[in-house]
Parts: sequence; structure tokens; C-alpha cells
Amino acid sequence: MNEPSLEPKPRRIWLRLLPLAVAMIIGVFLFVGLSLRPKEIPSVLIGKAVPEFDLPALPDRPKGLKTADLKGQVSLVNVFASWCVSCRAEHPLFMKLKAQGDVPVHGLNYKDEGPAAMAWLTRYGDPYDRVGHDLKGRVGIDWGVYGVPETFLINAEGRIVCKHIGPIMERDLEEKLLPAIKTLRQGGVAQC
Amino acid sequence: MLMVVLRRLVLAICLMGLAAPAWSIAVDTPLDDPVLEARAHAIHKQLRCLVCQNQSIEDSNATLARDLRMLVRERITAGDSDDAAIRFIVVRYGDWVLLRPPVKSGTVLLWFGPALLLILAIIWLVISYRRRRPPLVASTAPLSADEQARLKALLGDGGPT
Repeated sequence: MNEPSLEPKPRRIWLRLLPLAVAMIIGVFLFVGLSLRPKEIPSVLIGKAVPEFDLPALPDRPKGLKTADLKGQVSLVNVFASWCVSCRAEHPLFMKLKAQGDVPVHGLNYKDEGPAAMAWLTRYGDPYDRVGHDLKGRVGIDWGVYGVPETFLINAEGRIVCKHIGPIMERDLEEKLLPAIKTLRQGGVAQC
Repeated sequence: MLMVVLRRLVLAICLMGLAAPAWSIAVDTPLDDPVLEARAHAIHKQLRCLVCQNQSIEDSNATLARDLRMLVRERITAGDSDDAAIRFIVVRYGDWVLLRPPVKSGTVLLWFGPALLLILAIIWLVISYRRRRPPLVASTAPLSADEQARLKALLGDGGPT
């Protein structure tokens, strides 16, 4: 061992830099944390077949929604409700999608009164091909829905490719959903 | 003018009272069988609410939490074991809903990280303790003749002369 001496040993340089290093590591974690979205819980249903369900149509509206309707072509399923404010924000985008007629958009009307849902669709426009009326929200639970709006991308085999939580913005559509739809149509494997 | 404003204010407050049902939390219908109901509560406490996050569905007022509570009651009434009822929810919402995460490859660090840190800290403590310089006055060996002489000189041996 070292000879005992009254002089304090000069601290090693790395020991002096230790606090800085610790602060930097914490900084990295905090920085990554800024872009995390803890409110968005990843769905466990990705890659799985859509749940078995059969929902009635809204009053005075043809075509309910059931499992078999989601097989055969790429489609979007949008969970919406007339009481949901952010559904109104994404609504014009679905109207635009309908006008383009490229991909069918089906609605899952979640915990909503039939007349209220119909009034909402009359007022803001009806972009949906089929709409299932999930009055009790039980089918929503089977889909792992925990907030409205949510949008699912379904491939031609009737499997869930991805789920978007919250209102869809122009950017989500252009950068995420539409490219994924294109890939699926070309027989590719899409993620989003 | 002031009276009109006041009257309207009072009216508005009264109308808010009428809307009270809208604020009220969704009320559960408990099961008739107290044993089943107790089991349901025990399950509710283990499931995390997806809306209010970090609350169990037992504690949450969210409507989805209520729906899930009723769903658990339904499942155990239908004869599901506690595990099966929990699995029913997990299949739909993932491990995320479990307040007590399962031990898996992805959660090993979560479960054993603290113990690992403790062990590392103990190892570090032992090593740094061993490396410590020997204390300057810790020697208990008797003084050598040389030291004795120095001590004597310092103490001025025999008092004032």
C-alpha cells in the first residue's frame, strides 16, 4: 500500500468529471423522455386478426359492421362518437378520403346514442362505408379501445396492421397511413 | 342592470345544479354474491386504468374503468377463475394493464435491477473500504527505543529545571 502521508492524495481527474458525466446521462434520459408519449399505450392486437364481432347499423343507416366485412380489402376502421370533440378535428380528413374514394373507411360508433350519432353525421358529413353501433362499448373493449378517436388500419386478410391513437392529422395520413396502405396493396408488409 | 346580471347568474348556477347527474360518477352494480363481489374487487385492484393511468380500475372514475369492472364481474360470474378473468383483459389491452408486471425477458431489469444495484453498491463499498489508507494513529505497536527517547525529549523529562 501507499506510504502514509499527511498530504491529501490528488483526486483522479475522472472522479472530478464524474458529476458532469452523471448530469449528462440524466440529461440524455430526460431528453428522450421529452418525445415519449406515455398516454399512448401500444396495442397488443397489432398483427392479429380483428376480433369477432357483429354490430348493428345506426338507426336509418344501412350497413352495420362485422368481422367478415373487414376481409378482402385494405380498409380503415375509425372509432368515433358524437360526444368526442377531437373526432371533429379529424373528421374533414375522412371526408377527404371518402371523396378520393381510395380506401374504404368504416366507423365504429363507440358508446353513443343512435340519434345523436346520426345527427352528428348529418351535420358534419358521413365519410363512412359501414358503421357499427357499439352502444355499450363492449366491442370497443374487444378492440382494445381506451380513448376516442382511434383508427385501425386493416389489411386484406382482416388483420390489424396498426393503430393510431388520437385524432389523425394531415401529417399522420400523408406520412404514415397512406404509405402503409400503398405498401399493403402491393403485397408488402407495412408497419406504422 | 346589475340586478339583471345577478338574476342571470343565479339562474345559471341553479341550472348547473340540474346538470348534476352529468358530473356524477358511473355507479357500479355490485354482484349479489358477496364472495364473488369480493373476488371481483381483488381483481379490480390489480388492473390498471387505461384512461387515468396509475390508478387501478377499482379507484378510477373513468367510464372505461367502470365498464372493465363490470366485465370482470361478468367473467367471474360466468365461471372464470381470477387468472382467466385477468387474462381476458390482458389479451385485449396487454401487460400494460397489470399493476404487477409479469417477470419476462423485458421486465427482468425492472424486477431485479434494484437488487443488482444493491449488490454492486456493496461490492464497491467493500473494495473502497479495503483500499483506504491505513489510519495514521492506528498503530498499537509499542514505541521503539528511538521513539521513547524522542518522546522523553519532547515532554522535557523531569519538569522545569
